[in-house]
Amino acid sequence: MEPTETDGGIMEQPKNLEGYVGFANLPNQIYRKSVKRGFEFTLMVVGESGLGKSTLINSLFLTDLYSPEYPGPSHRVEKTVTVEQSKVLVKEGGVQLLLTIVDTPGFGDTIDNSNCWQPIIDYIDNKFEGYLNAESRVNRRLMPDSRVQCCLYFITPSGHGLKPLDVEFMKRLHEKVNIIPLIAKADTMTPEECQLFKKQIMRGIQEHKIRIYQFPETDDEEEMKMVKRIKDRLPLAVIGSNTIIEVNGKRVRGRQYPWGVADVENGEHCDFTILRNMLIRTHMQDLKDVTNNVHYENYRSRKLAAVTYNGVDNNKSKGQLTKPETSDGMSPLAQMEEERRDHVSKMKKMEQEMEQVFEMKVKEKLQKLRDSEAELQRRQEQMKKNLEAQHRELEDRRRQHEEEKERWEAQQRILDQQKLDNSRTLEKNKKKKIF
Amino acid sequence: MHKKTMEDYVPNVSKASGPGVDFSYVGIDAILEQMRRKAMKQGFELNIMVVGQSGLGKSTLMNTLFKSKVSRKSVQATAQEKIPKTIEIKSISHDIEEKGVRMKLTVIDTPGFGDQINNENCWRPIMKFINDQYEAYLQEEININRKKRIPDSRVHCCIYFIPPTGHCLRPLDVEFMRRLSKVVNIVPVIAKADTLTLEERDFFKKKIREELRANGIDVYPQKEFDEDAEDRMINEKIREMIPFAVVGSDQEYQVNGRRLLGRKTKWGTIEVENIAHCEFAYLRDLLIRTHMQNIKDITSSIHYEMYRVRRLNENNTVVAHANGMPEHHLESEEKFDSSCAASRF
Repeated sequence: MEPTETDGGIMEQPKNLEGYVGFANLPNQIYRKSVKRGFEFTLMVVGESGLGKSTLINSLFLTDLYSPEYPGPSHRVEKTVTVEQSKVLVKEGGVQLLLTIVDTPGFGDTIDNSNCWQPIIDYIDNKFEGYLNAESRVNRRLMPDSRVQCCLYFITPSGHGLKPLDVEFMKRLHEKVNIIPLIAKADTMTPEECQLFKKQIMRGIQEHKIRIYQFPETDDEEEMKMVKRIKDRLPLAVIGSNTIIEVNGKRVRGRQYPWGVADVENGEHCDFTILRNMLIRTHMQDLKDVTNNVHYENYRSRKLAAVTYNGVDNNKSKGQLTKPETSDGMSPLAQMEEERRDHVSKMKKMEQEMEQVFEMKVKEKLQKLRDSEAELQRRQEQMKKNLEAQHRELEDRRRQHEEEKERWEAQQRILDQQKLDNSRTLEKNKKKKIF
Repeated sequence: MHKKTMEDYVPNVSKASGPGVDFSYVGIDAILEQMRRKAMKQGFELNIMVVGQSGLGKSTLMNTLFKSKVSRKSVQATAQEKIPKTIEIKSISHDIEEKGVRMKLTVIDTPGFGDQINNENCWRPIMKFINDQYEAYLQEEININRKKRIPDSRVHCCIYFIPPTGHCLRPLDVEFMRRLSKVVNIVPVIAKADTLTLEERDFFKKKIREELRANGIDVYPQKEFDEDAEDRMINEKIREMIPFAVVGSDQEYQVNGRRLLGRKTKWGTIEVENIAHCEFAYLRDLLIRTHMQNIKDITSSIHYEMYRVRRLNENNTVVAHANGMPEHHLESEEKFDSSCAASRF
């Protein structure tokens, strides 16, 4: 059979083989090697506190990632957004999975939530950079992949559509990571409310041109049907629970209310099984591939292009990137110098301005203080005068009083004298009389 | 021989009271009947403000409380609910009547509260609104020729909706309640309580009560305004139950042969008025059946008076000259007025 060749030398018709060669065994070899090596998966969960993220993680992987001894972020109140990661090794059927859960406590919890997404963006970029450096190294045998492969974003079940915070976050992160939006605490809503809410969210996502994770197209009929079913139910409304309850003799995982039991694994109650199947059983590899081929490549090309164009590496990299090529005939050192000079002059100007403002303020304050001092002086003088006037008055009165006293005493003395005289004359008369 | 009557034995009894009548009955208690008749003629006014993030079921709860479509959403039918960029204050008034008693109910809604990315000072427009209402009433009061019945637009009660996270109060909730518990009666409720199981609900309530105590937030019924032991007993029982975990609904479903307000989910139907399911009935009793008058009294005699004292003290000269009165007369007027207000209906 003659192979037909095109210009590029590519075979158009697949060749039929005469006998059994054996490369059909390749998938098995890959499979065995992968099983030996184990898998890694990094999952990030983002959402306001109290939406059931930790419970959902525990339910998804049937482990106690957050247990009473190691309480999850929900039991702490965070002032700023922090990014924490926890690793757990899960084994099932001989296959082991190193699962890294990245949690973001404090997201959207404070009064002012501007830029609460910044720590998360920084974390993701950090991981990409780590991988880039590891890739560019000379010796790259052990290359740990800690890039974030999937981000589960929890939407509050308000029933009204996306909040401004949701839109902002997703707009900034849809080019860096696979976003899968979920409706948290889905048992808040009746089925009709849930449908309406899902439609509103999808409308909002399209309106703001947010690119959430798209399921890949396949040729397989069966898979297409399944994918279509998932797509119709986006965003997935989930309930999480790790408590087991008896219902009609069956033991199910669910939440017990006075009016019934919400079954986590029941497709009619919530979309948890769909999420679990999609995330773990069918699309985990695809998530990793998209992260590697799309998001990581975006980051890489952007970073390397920035370096080559400017001749200056704006992101301080610790690894050994290849020496960047310079354009415009300017050496990178000179460019750096110029930048530094600009920066310094800018700082100087700012410093001057601030000093001016400071001086002005100081002057004002001094003026105010002087005024109040004068005021106080005046008041003091006045009070002193009052006091003196009173004092003088009192003095006058005292003197008057003294004078009166003296006069009175003088009078008394005269009276006394008179009395004495009278008594003496009386005595004299008496004596005379006697004689 | 004439029949001996009471009058023969006790000649001082007035002839007006006929024979066989209990002459020790004066008829003071008939004043209750007179007051009732007057109140029914005048009608009541009640102003309730609902505050909370969008999507917590505020409008639905108002509709459920008053069993009619009184909320903003029912009156202004908007095609799609958009979150406003700033906080707006919208008040809708309705005249409702039940068994001959008329009530003018005003529901004040605050769309946009807590919905932005940056929610600093989101309580300011609300505090301003409440103080404006007090101001309007004050202006009417200090008028020289004032109306017989001043229209009362003061906010009597503010229902604050706490989202059912199940963990603790958010900083926004704490800030808001701290500032507003000083100017208005706050009744906190846990919204959409059908999200929480009973254990989670109890835990959440305990956490909330602790946090309210730790932050010194005094919600209605306030401990310091209990008048006597009986009041205290009743209010203690209520205080152990706040915040009420409520579920609102304005749709009826068939349950056990009866038509009840509720929410129907795939795993069961939540009955709104069933106290085993949620505490809506307690909230309704508190707000309407037992404590409505008390809420209005506390608003007019305590919150309003505090505002009035503050305003009159800062604007002492201005007000005095407006009324042609010298300053020292104003001081004694104040004392007189506050004792008057305490007994005001």
